[in-house]
Amino acid sequence: MAHLLLRHREIENIKKLDVYRAHGGYEALKKVLSMAPAEVIQVVMESNLRGRGGAGFPTGLKWNFIPKVAGDKYVVVNTDESETGTFKDRELMEGNPHQVIEGTLIAAYAIGAKLTFNYMRGEYMDAAYAFEEALKECYANNLLGPNILGSEFSCDMYPHYGAGAYICGEETALLESLHGNLGQPWSKPPFPAVEGLYRKPTVVNNTETLANVPLIIQNGAEWYKSMGTPGSTGPKIVCLSGHVVKPGNYEIIMGMTYRELIYDLAGGIPGGKKVKGFLPSGGSGPVVKEEALDAPISYEGLDKFGSAMGSASVIVMDETVDMVWAAKKATHFFKHESCGKCTPCREGTFWLDKVIHKVDSGRGTANDIKVLNSVAEQIGGKCLCALGEFAKNPILSTIKHFPQDYQAKVRANG
Amino acid sequence: MIREKYADVIQELFRRYPERKSAILPLMHIAQHEYGYMSEEAMQEVADILGLNPTHVKSIAGFYTLFYEEPVGKYVLEICNDLACALRGADEFVAMASNKLGVPVEGTTPDGLFTLKTVMCLGACDRAPMLQCNLRFHEHLNEEKFTALLDHLHQEASSDQVESAVVEKIVSYIN
Ligand SMILES: Cc1cc2nc3c(=O)[nH]c(=O)nc-3n(C[C@H](O)[C@H](O)[C@H](O)COP(=O)(O)O)c2cc1C
Ligand code: FES
Repeated sequence: MAHLLLRHREIENIKKLDVYRAHGGYEALKKVLSMAPAEVIQVVMESNLRGRGGAGFPTGLKWNFIPKVAGDKYVVVNTDESETGTFKDRELMEGNPHQVIEGTLIAAYAIGAKLTFNYMRGEYMDAAYAFEEALKECYANNLLGPNILGSEFSCDMYPHYGAGAYICGEETALLESLHGNLGQPWSKPPFPAVEGLYRKPTVVNNTETLANVPLIIQNGAEWYKSMGTPGSTGPKIVCLSGHVVKPGNYEIIMGMTYRELIYDLAGGIPGGKKVKGFLPSGGSGPVVKEEALDAPISYEGLDKFGSAMGSASVIVMDETVDMVWAAKKATHFFKHESCGKCTPCREGTFWLDKVIHKVDSGRGTANDIKVLNSVAEQIGGKCLCALGEFAKNPILSTIKHFPQDYQAKVRANG
Repeated sequence: MIREKYADVIQELFRRYPERKSAILPLMHIAQHEYGYMSEEAMQEVADILGLNPTHVKSIAGFYTLFYEEPVGKYVLEICNDLACALRGADEFVAMASNKLGVPVEGTTPDGLFTLKTVMCLGACDRAPMLQCNLRFHEHLNEEKFTALLDHLHQEASSDQVESAVVEKIVSYIN
């Protein structure tokens, strides 16, 4: 099937406005401009589109939370993409930026925003080039700025470049960073829908989420819902990395299994090795064992394996991988990226990192494994944002599923 | 130094953001490009332009990995050795690079040309080993390509034109 999001894979130069338009681009925006904002939100709600940034929050519902009164409102696109193993928004922005812009404009129209920002990670320069070229084309063709396509709707869109901080992908940290402050999360409430950017009602959506919106408007909620499972409708880009023959982004319809993705689409494991386990959601979701390969890729698919699809950054590890080493790598990431605001996260990740390094280097004892367990447990549920929750996962899930790897490392030391 | 040179850019940034303080990251990207790193003067100038206390700029500089608080080489080679890249040989690649440059990670070559760093995921895990050099990505690397890259940079350095992609970006869009 042709791609719905990664359309540049079939349509050369779809990042150019004329090509995008020749393939139906901005027709959805046109359609929206003759609809009432409430109708637009209704269609998105009916489609069951859920956020692609990791948490899976229903997009229409999020838009519907925005107070329907006059005043400044904002849409902020989240292209901060810094989770280990995640590179989907990069490809979308590099290859098909107009679809993201169109989705953003539709969101802005639906909630009544006149100003939108795209917060992009500062390292994504090729994506930035493509995005900025696309913005220029839009301004030159009455798709951005005053009275878009001759309507009453006026809207601006600007890029904003981050400077290297994973935490700024968390929506409130992102907004603080945009405010010019330290990129640290705030305690919700207030939710961004009520008090977001510049303390005004704000929708923060992931890049991929917004790229789905023109499809839904153009083809209808029923069409969209016909793809996927009842709880997970539509296409999803899966970032596949690690031990696979063909790593890369795969646009799938949710409901496909991890096995089909890894073996049928990506050529299996190099050297015909076996899968030991995989991280379904970069470093942040619990690792699962080979037994989870037949689970569907969907928001609910990994429930019974104690993990989640998240942003669908699948890191595959073959039978040779030492899971203590893998946990060390993932834990080091969280220690580095903890923003330092919450003590359990800041101190907890520091100690987890120290102890897991010790165990990995062969200097650990059985007691260190207990310490790891207890420190990780104590971070859970005590932090302002989910980074703390994520940080406990690599250690707890590897200890649970691969105790033999830990035993092998500490055996010599009793 | 940047106040005059980037007067148009600064004006445009102030127009875009409902609150001036939001211009801090773009201005710091520009300042780092002009001063080489986040020196005291660089931070002072950003603070002056925005009417902020320099300690605020300093705290921001310390928060983000793309801002360097110490002088760095003309080219900063940042190799990702995070989990997904490490599964595809990134740690061995770092060792090779360090050996070839003759400096440890975080070290700068005596000629001031190269600083070697390791960084967290850059969103190129399917193309490991990879690095970014002054924000440009170099992917699908191996020893041979790394050597070729160093040769190329040696040549470019003698032409004295070192680019900073992010500044090009901020400036090009505005013009
Ligand atoms: C530590 C942390 C990092 C995050 N990073 C990102 C990110 O890079 N991109 C993203 O879209 N969402 C990220 N999120 C989720 C956002 O907070 C937010 O849920 C999302 O942008 C909402 O968009 P969606 O509903 O369209 O998915 C992150 C969350 C946390 C806790
Ligand atoms: S892990 Fe290296 S680029 Fe993602």
